[in-house]
Amino acid sequence: MRFLPLILALILSPLMRGIINRTKARFAGRQGPPLLQPYYDLWKLLQKGAVYSTTTTWIFRAGPIISLAATLVAAMLMPLGGWPAAMSFSGDLIVFAYLLGLGRFLTVVAALDTGSAFEGMGASREVFYSALAEPALLLGLAAIAKISVGGSILSSLSQMHSQISLHLWAESGVVLVFVALALFIVFLTENSRIPVDDPTTHLELTMIHEVMVLDHSGPDFAFILYGASLKLWLLGALIVGLVVPSSGIWVVDLLADLVGMIAISVITGAVESMMARLRLVRVPQLLVGAGALAVLALVLEYKN
Amino acid sequence: MGSLADTILIIVVLLNLALLGTGRLRPSIRLVAAQGMILGLLPLLVSEHGAGLRLALLAVATVALKGVAFPKLLYRSLRSSNAKHEIDPVVGVTASVPLGLLLLAGSFWMASRFQLPAGVEVASNLVLPVALATILCGLFLIITRLQALNQVLGYLVLENGIFVFGVALAHEEPFLVETGVLLDVFVGVFVMGIAIFHISRTFDHIDVKQLSRLKD
Repeated sequence: MRFLPLILALILSPLMRGIINRTKARFAGRQGPPLLQPYYDLWKLLQKGAVYSTTTTWIFRAGPIISLAATLVAAMLMPLGGWPAAMSFSGDLIVFAYLLGLGRFLTVVAALDTGSAFEGMGASREVFYSALAEPALLLGLAAIAKISVGGSILSSLSQMHSQISLHLWAESGVVLVFVALALFIVFLTENSRIPVDDPTTHLELTMIHEVMVLDHSGPDFAFILYGASLKLWLLGALIVGLVVPSSGIWVVDLLADLVGMIAISVITGAVESMMARLRLVRVPQLLVGAGALAVLALVLEYKN
Repeated sequence: MGSLADTILIIVVLLNLALLGTGRLRPSIRLVAAQGMILGLLPLLVSEHGAGLRLALLAVATVALKGVAFPKLLYRSLRSSNAKHEIDPVVGVTASVPLGLLLLAGSFWMASRFQLPAGVEVASNLVLPVALATILCGLFLIITRLQALNQVLGYLVLENGIFVFGVALAHEEPFLVETGVLLDVFVGVFVMGIAIFHISRTFDHIDVKQLSRLKD
C-alpha cells in the first residue's frame, strides 16, 4: 500500500491536463474536449509507428525513454494525502529536483540532436528558464524543511508533507504562503504553461517546450506527453501537500489532496485564460521574483 | 507583539523588493505610496495604550500625505517631464532584486547584533531588520537609479525606513517631532518636484548622469 501515491499519479496524471483544458474551454465559452481526451491522445499515439530523421543518432531515440524513466523514479518519491512515498529517505527532495532535471537534460539533448535551428533555440530557452527556476524550488523546499521538521534541511518529502498542520499554518502562515507562491511560479515554468510558455502555440519562434519535441512521433511522443503530465502531477502534488494541512485520518487527507489537485488544475486553467504570455525578457524577472519570495521565506524562518 | 504588525512589516519588505524590480516610474510611485500608507497604520498597532485621538490624527496625516499628496505631486512632475521609465540604471532592474535580498539578509544579520539601549522594548523582532533593510533599499535606489524622480522615491523610502526605526525605539514619539518630520518630508518632496519640473523644462530629460554638463 506504500505504492498508492505512485499508482494514483500514474493513473490520474493525464486527467489534470484534461481538467486544465476543460477550464480553459469554459472560460472561452466553449464546450471543450472530453476530460479523458489526454488518455485518448496517448492511446492513439501508442498505436502509431515512429519516424526517425536520418540525421539523428541513438540519443534522439533514447531521449523520450530516459526522460520518462527519470520522471517515473521521481514519482516514487512524491507522497500524497498522508501516505508516505514509495521511497523516502533524508534529502530526497534534492534527488527529486535533479531527477526532473535529468529528464529535462535528455529532452534538451535529443532536441539538439536533430540539428534543427528552431529546436536549438527552444532548448536554449528551456535551459535558461529552468536554471532560473531551480533556486526558487530548492530554497522554497529548504524553507519548508526548516519550519516543518525543525532545523534539519535534509529531511524527506514525506516527512515534510505530514508535518503541515493547522498549527503550523497559524504559527508561520506567511512563510507557507510565500513558498507556495514561489513554487506555483516554478510549477507554471517547469510545465511550460502561461505566463512563461504557451502549450497551445503553433509558431516555432515563440515555443519553448513544444518546439523541442516537434520531431518526435508515435510512441516516443506518447512517452513525452505522458512524462509531461506526470511532471505536472508531481509538482502539483508538491504544492498541494505543502498547502493542505494534514489531519491524520488518511481518507480525509487523501480526499483533501485530490480536491487540491483539481483546484490547482482549475487555477492553472484560470491563470492561462486570464493572463497573456509574458515577453521573453520579462520571464527572468518573474522567476527572480519567485526566488526572492523563497529567500524571504527562508530569512524570515531563520529569524524566528 | 501583534502578528498584524508583523504582516505590515513583511508587506513593507515585499514592496521594497517590488520597487527594486520595477523600471517604470508610474508603478514605482504607486508602490512607494502604498508603502507610506501601510506604514502610517503601524503606530496604531504597536502603541501600548491603544489608539488614542493623537495617534489617530497622526496616522490620518501620514496616510493623507504619503498616500495622496506625494503621489499627486510626483505624478505631476512625471507628466511635465517626458520620462516614462528608467533608462540604463547603474545596476539593472532584474539584478537589483537579488542585491536587495542581500541587503535584507545583511540587515537581519546587523539587527541581530544590535545593542538596544536598556529599557527600550521593540514591538516585534522584525522591526529593526525591516527598518534597516528599508533604509538600505532607499539608499540603493538613490545610488543606482539615474532618473531624478526615482531618486526622490529613494529618498521617500529612506524616510519610511527611518519611520519604522522611530516606531521601534519610541513607542510614542512626541507629537511635535513626528509632525515636524512629516512637514520636512513634505517640503522636501515639494521642492524636489519643482526642481524636477525645472530640470525637465531646461533639458528635456531628468537623467542625472547628464546633469554634470550644466556648465556652458
